[in-house]
This record gives sequence, C-alpha cells and structure tokens, in this order.
Amino acid sequence: MFKISGWSLIRIYTTLVYVFMFAPIAVVVILSFNPQQFGSFPMDGFSLRWYAKLAGNEDILQAFRNSLVLGSLTAICTTAVAIPAAMAFVRYEFPGKNSLNTLLLAPIMVPEVILGVALLLFMRWLQQPKSFALLLIGHVVITLPYVLLVVQARLVGIRTDYEEAAKSLGAGPFQTFREITLPLLMPAILAGSLFSFTISFDDITATLFWATARSQTVPVKIFGMLRNSISPEINALGAVMILLTVATPLLAGYLARRFSKGS
Amino acid sequence: MNENLKGGWRPWALLAPSLSAVFFLLVVPVCFIVVYSFWLRAPSGADVAAFQFGNYGKLFQDFFYPSILLRTIRVSLECVALCLVMGYIPAYFFYRTRSRFKPFLMLLIMLPFWISFIIRTLSWINILGDTGLINYLLVSSGILQEPLGMLYNEVAVLMGLIQYLLPFMILNIYVSLEGIDQSLLEAARSMGCTEWQAFREVTLPLSLPGVSAGSLLVFVLSAGTYLPPMILGGPGNEMIANLIFKRVIGTLDWPFGSAISVILLLLVGSIVWTYNRYLGINQVFKAMQ
Repeated sequence: MFKISGWSLIRIYTTLVYVFMFAPIAVVVILSFNPQQFGSFPMDGFSLRWYAKLAGNEDILQAFRNSLVLGSLTAICTTAVAIPAAMAFVRYEFPGKNSLNTLLLAPIMVPEVILGVALLLFMRWLQQPKSFALLLIGHVVITLPYVLLVVQARLVGIRTDYEEAAKSLGAGPFQTFREITLPLLMPAILAGSLFSFTISFDDITATLFWATARSQTVPVKIFGMLRNSISPEINALGAVMILLTVATPLLAGYLARRFSKGS
Repeated sequence: MNENLKGGWRPWALLAPSLSAVFFLLVVPVCFIVVYSFWLRAPSGADVAAFQFGNYGKLFQDFFYPSILLRTIRVSLECVALCLVMGYIPAYFFYRTRSRFKPFLMLLIMLPFWISFIIRTLSWINILGDTGLINYLLVSSGILQEPLGMLYNEVAVLMGLIQYLLPFMILNIYVSLEGIDQSLLEAARSMGCTEWQAFREVTLPLSLPGVSAGSLLVFVLSAGTYLPPMILGGPGNEMIANLIFKRVIGTLDWPFGSAISVILLLLVGSIVWTYNRYLGINQVFKAMQ
C-alpha cells in the first residue's frame, strides 16, 4: 500500500496555490511577445513588436514619466513626514500615544474608494481643479501608514545607548539625530521609501478618482486601454510594469543587506 | 535619559506634519462625505446645501441598492472563506519548511504585493476569456467544440479578488505561526502527542489571531474594491464600490455618491469596530511589518 505523507500533500497544495497566484501573471508576460493583432492563444512566433510600439507611444511614455515623478515625490514626502512621527512614538512618552498611533495607521483600514471620493469632494469644496498635486497628497496619505510601520519597527530595535552617549558628550537633540539615529535608521528609510514608491506606482483604486487626462499614471492608462479589449499592447505594458515594480524592491533588499553587512 | 520620557512639547512638534496630514487629508474629507450625503442635487446638476434624508431614502426605496449591499457582503464572505482554505496550508508550509530555499519562498509571499492590482485583475482575461488559456486548451484538445463563457460572472470576480487578497491572508497567518513558542510544541510531543494532535491542540488555536486578522483585512479590502467586478464581472456582479465609482465619476451625482460611501463606511467601520472591541486591532498592523 503506497502511502503519501502529510507533508508532501502540504507541499503539493502550496505549489498549486502558487501556480494559481502566478500563472495569470506569467501568461501576461508570455502573451506580450505574441506577434498577432489580437493577443491570445495560440501563439505563433515571438516578437517584440508591441514593446517597440509602446516605446513609440508618446502618451504611454508621458504616463510613465508621470508615474515615476509621482512615485519619487511620494516616497520623499511620505518618508519626511514619517520619520519624525516614528521618533515621537518610539522615543517619547506623551498622553494619547496609542490612540494617535492607531489614528495614523487608520488609512490602511479606510477603503481606498472612500479616500478617493473624500479627497476629491474636499478639493471640489475648496474649488481646486484636479491636479498633479492632488495625486501627490493622496498618495502620501495612502502610503504614510506603511512607511510609519517600517520605520517604527526598526527604531524600536535601535538601542538608545548610542543616543545617550552622544548627548552626554554634549550633542544637542538635532545633532544626535543627524549623527547617530539617522545613519542607523537608513536601511529602514530606504525600505520605506521604496515601499511607498511601489505602492504609489501601482495604485489604481483611488488614483482613478484623482487622475485627469493630463496627469495620468501607467495603471490609469492601462485601465483606459482596457475599455476596448485586452490587447498584446496592454500585456506588454503590464510586463514592463511587473519588471519595474518587482525589480525595485529586490534591488533594495539586496542593497539593504550589503549596507547592513558593512555597518 | 529622562528628558526623553518627560516628552513636553517635542513629540508634538515631531508629530505635527503627520497628524495634520492625516487630519486634513483623511479625517476632514471623510466628514465632508457625511455632510454631503444630506445635500440635494438640483435638476441643473448643482449641489445644494440641505439637511434631508432623500439620498438615503433613494437607497432603500426598492430592493435594487440593498441587494447590491447584500451581494457585497456575500461575495466578501465567500472571498474570506476561500482565502482561508487556500491560505492556511501554504502559510503552514512556509512556517515548517526546512528548505534551503526558504528566503526565496518567503519572497514568493511578498512578490504579489509588488505587482499592480490592475495587472493582476486583467491577467484573468487571458486565462478565462474565450480565446484565453483554458478555452484554448479545451478546444484545441478536442474536449469542447465551442469555448466556454467563463468571464463576466461571479466566479471570475472571485478569482480576481482571491488573487488580490490571498497574500494578505497567507502573510497574517504566517506571522502568527512564527510567533508560537516552540517549547509548547516540544512539550506536547513529549507528552506523547502525534503530529496531528500537536497541531490541533497547540498550533491551530495559537494561530487564530492571525486567522482572524487576515480574515478582517480580506473582508474589508474586498468590500471596498470595484476593480475585479468592473473588469471580470457582468452587470449582475456589481458591488457597492462600483456604485460609488459610477455615481461620482460617471453621473457626477455627488450627494447620492456620498450617501452610498457612508453606507460602505458604516459597513466597514462597524466590522472594524467590533473586531477591535473584542480582539484588538493591533494584530492586523503587526503583520504589516
């Protein structure tokens, strides 16, 4: 009697779940090389024509530029706001600390649709038209909790002895932060900024509410192209997005490991 | 040292930027939605300040809108159930595996988070569509003459939702499994427990915080999304967020769109509040680190 052990069943099950997770994404990449006009199976041949077409499409290139600028600015602003907040929560005691921490993490639990409508409504009341600035402040609100969590978690792990030593040697609070805390925090700051860049770059749910014809991001562009039907061009654009947003964190993880070994 | 613990004005100065950002860009705008939901929409399309319940009345005057609310709850619960069934075993595998590739396997858990939601959603068109992978395999192998219509129904919507939400479930369960004290398991084994008994008596109960945190996240995110129903569903698969999108972006009916948003907020808020009341919300944030 042939008996399969429980563990191998668990392995098979896990493999199947991961096939379910990644097969659709792999198919997007595979179909992006389809030379035909209507990208689907069967595939006959392999071509880069859709990538060439993307590279020549000024609209899509503009969307890419928008997404890159937006993602970078979001990362900078969010990190700049999150670092002092993390310092306050980890290094100080004050009344209402826990409630405020929960409040700052609240955007995670607010559906993005609501965030999209709310900010748009608020701008309408202030009689501001949709603009790039709206996308930026929206993305800062969306990504803030994640960056805060990453920086806070790291800060808890940094012993205060170094800061105390600096202070006892006569450094002021700001100098202590700049010379001691900031360098120790650097890996978390890098991870947090990349995190917020990726979230901003990929975001669609709320961004669809805020985007305009002039300030489009790549996901919004893809959404617009889907109106017609799925095409190899969309698959090619998707493949480029996947490459970018998967490679960035991997590179970051690699760099973070290098840096932490060096210290 | 104790200068730090005194606090004083410093923490407030450090918190000022983030608190004002969340206050002015989240709290105040959400209050605006609530205020706006009582306003009127003039026939000209202008919004008129008022205090009346007409928008809510419209929501409950026939069964159309309540049925969409009920569908949202049902589909989100189906999604939670499927994510539990599909997520627990992989999480357990990642926790117990002694493979050399464990860092790589852990990366596989994180990978979906880095791939755009819209790409993950539309990828199902390539799988389920009439000229997609499954139909191509079925028709070309001669099993079927005609392609099966697999898109634009609830199953397709669930596929998209699960692909979006399963990583949250796996991650939350994995984090709570990792937190289990190994000596408890050793104790169980030394008492003569079998693997299965040790799992049932020790591991499973201690992983429930992760299971519940994952379920909460999956439910909340599923109830608030409109992309999978919009792209993979048909007219009969709309969820409440689709209505909001249609009202606000499509017909620009702000007061009515706000009223639907308030309903969604109440749904999500009541669930989060209940969860926090009995289980505490911090477990949910723990996994995100």
